[in-house]
Amino acid sequence: MPTAVIERIGRNTNDALAAFGAFWCFTGRVLGWLFRGAMAWRNMRLLLPQMYEIGVRSVPVIAVTGAFIGMVMAVETHTQFKTIGQEQRLGSIIVLSVVKQIGPVLAAVMLAGRVGGALTAELGTMNVTEQLDAMRVMGADPIRYLVVPRFLACVILTPILTIYSDLLGVLGGWFIAVKALGVPNEPFWFYAQQGVDTWQVMEGLIKSVFFGGAIGLISCYKGFNSGAGAAGVGRACTEAFVASFISIIILNFFFAQLLKDWYIAIYGVQGIFG
Amino acid sequence: MALIELRNLHKRFGRLVVLDGVDLQVEAGQTLVIIGASGTGKSVLLKHIVGLLKPDQGEVWFDGQRIDSLPERQLMEVRRRFGFLFQMGALFDSLTVHENIAFPLIEHTRKSPEEVRRIVQEKLRMIGLPDVGPKMPADLSGGQRKRVALARAIALDPQVILYDEPTTGLDPIRSDVINELILKLKREMRVTSIVVTHDMHSAFKVADRIVMLHEGKIAFDGTPAQIRESDNAIVRRFVLGEASPEELGALHIAASATPSRR
Repeated sequence: MPTAVIERIGRNTNDALAAFGAFWCFTGRVLGWLFRGAMAWRNMRLLLPQMYEIGVRSVPVIAVTGAFIGMVMAVETHTQFKTIGQEQRLGSIIVLSVVKQIGPVLAAVMLAGRVGGALTAELGTMNVTEQLDAMRVMGADPIRYLVVPRFLACVILTPILTIYSDLLGVLGGWFIAVKALGVPNEPFWFYAQQGVDTWQVMEGLIKSVFFGGAIGLISCYKGFNSGAGAAGVGRACTEAFVASFISIIILNFFFAQLLKDWYIAIYGVQGIFG
Repeated sequence: MALIELRNLHKRFGRLVVLDGVDLQVEAGQTLVIIGASGTGKSVLLKHIVGLLKPDQGEVWFDGQRIDSLPERQLMEVRRRFGFLFQMGALFDSLTVHENIAFPLIEHTRKSPEEVRRIVQEKLRMIGLPDVGPKMPADLSGGQRKRVALARAIALDPQVILYDEPTTGLDPIRSDVINELILKLKREMRVTSIVVTHDMHSAFKVADRIVMLHEGKIAFDGTPAQIRESDNAIVRRFVLGEASPEELGALHIAASATPSRR
């Protein structure tokens, strides 16, 4: 019995390491094609439909998510700020939270669900119906034809959608704070402006580039390696979302630490209460 | 010298041994039909020939070049000389029929759009479907999808065409259309063909030579006339479509266990 347990642990470890290695080989091939002529016209014509699918069609969901994040932030923080007589400074905490942390992370999570799921399902279906094999047999690399444009669209559009999400988050927070909870308009914008600077906006955007890259790579990889049948594709979609979500959370932590260290090294510690 | 040669090919998936030392040579211009029960590794064998699968042991040779050890980029060059008809057609469902057939031409040649359009139309005429170019694959019947997939497979005028169960899922009339197409392509394009099937009517109609796979090994290799005369029990049962007593055993047990109604 112990031998069987050891064997199972060994096999699972081996499988996990093999999958990890296969993912990085896949990533290497994607980056290889990316640097070998992603800007050639025949590749650009593949990119534009993906940008529409990933970018334009995600706008409604990102808009709703962003606006409600800002509104919830205003509702949750207003009472606490009011008890210390600082509700006029609500703008700074809402804008800082939305722009630096919650906006980029939740926008990326929404994209992992909407875009990542669709990418995995599409490529997974192509895999189980032998369309990927058909492409290989015709001498076309499916990584160049299918993965590179989707990966590139994710990398380019996640920051743009994050800006949009940030904007609506700030407006949602302003609407609740100023119009519903009676915070004066001018102090709201004054402290909002004081609370963030270009660095903090960029911090959110830099992270979102990597979030987009992780979503694109993981979703395409899972689609390419989906199991047989509808159940296999469904499982691949679930795994793609879970892996993308975990990657976003982990990347967010490391970027928070890294960018904070850089900020302190350049500007020193700055408090939001002046 | 053989155009395609498989030497001592072994392949297993987990604990399941699919190919267990297959040796096979295919001459240029020949139509070889590979038969065998479902799950005996016929499609796996076909995928080894174009490098979609790598053998665990053994070698795959094409036109004097060993191809199983080639890196993906070089393999792509070799694959241009093959056409592959997949079991379900494997047409790209986001592209029209015209775009599907034009795909290999756009990927591998520098032909003008007019020239590509002309070739696509010519291939559609060859398969007897000149008007389906603007349609999506989802709008075609099963037989039409296979014919369009065949038109795509021959777009680059390949030297070898591999057919993976070309008549599976089709009615006898549509199956016969596909068989006639295989013969027509052989006549007009002088291609080497390898057809994987378990449809014996199709096998007898198109084959110059028939190979039967059984438990990962070649159980028979000969002409259609020779397989009809074979006294090998496994081969005879497959050709006549008769299950073995062991295979029927489970049914007899089930039948005797069913309570009778009076």
